[in-house]
Amino acid sequence: MSSAHPNPIPSSVVKEDESQLVAAAKSGDAAAFTELVNRYSSKIFRLTRNITQNREDAEDAMQEAFLKAYEHLQGFQGDSRFYTWLVRIAVNEGLMRLRKRRPGQVSIDDPVETDEDLMPREIEDWGPSPEQQYAQTELAQILSEVIDKLDPEYRIVFVLRDIEELSTEDTAQLLRLSVPAVKSRLLRARLRLREKLNRHFKGSVPN
Amino acid sequence: MNCRGLIRELSNYLDGELDAGLKAELERHLEHCDDCRMVVDTTRKTIHVFCHTEPIPLPDEVRTRLQRALEHRLQKS
Repeated sequence: MSSAHPNPIPSSVVKEDESQLVAAAKSGDAAAFTELVNRYSSKIFRLTRNITQNREDAEDAMQEAFLKAYEHLQGFQGDSRFYTWLVRIAVNEGLMRLRKRRPGQVSIDDPVETDEDLMPREIEDWGPSPEQQYAQTELAQILSEVIDKLDPEYRIVFVLRDIEELSTEDTAQLLRLSVPAVKSRLLRARLRLREKLNRHFKGSVPN
Repeated sequence: MNCRGLIRELSNYLDGELDAGLKAELERHLEHCDDCRMVVDTTRKTIHVFCHTEPIPLPDEVRTRLQRALEHRLQKS
């Protein structure tokens, strides 16, 4: 491969919206499918990284997700967004690799019972818009480090609900959890992440 | 409602899933509890920052391998 960023996509296709690209890809337009891949690959890689916490598995899961999406494209009925459909495929690919690498150790299917005290310990003002203190790349790095420290059972629920914005019911179904289990894990994940972000964002109140 | 009760309902409150009575009770607590107000605000910002930050771009070598895998698959069809 001669170029680090080969971009075979004609500019006429780049501006098309998702459903037009999907329709074109379904009728055999390879450039349209490649554009969908280019559009979503960073997000899908972040998703599979967040699930597997292993770069090799994440890359593998991402590749497989795109290849499966291509293979099953004719079966995509369009009752959800293409991206949401792709997320479901990528989540399953990620979970499969996570379970394979850590059998028994990671049981996101089982109820997590904990007596942990939920009460926040660090309570400080973050100012009106704390993320403005950081450049996008730096911020993305902080978020990645912070979320890596969460246990998988909390991390994956948070990723699906609050980053990918799936519904509680869809998250429960994908992870084979009950709705109350998803809600309980989501609350814990949000509180833990808030606590971890506090040290980065506190004191950003303008004087 | 006390602080502990508020934390239990925090997610439901942020997701707009509380019934009107419980929501009013929670908001009455917020009116006089600075700490809980700050926790609600910073938790809302936590969700927002994760949801709205663009991911790190795909590393070049990962992008190249993905394109190779796709080209290989596309050529087969």
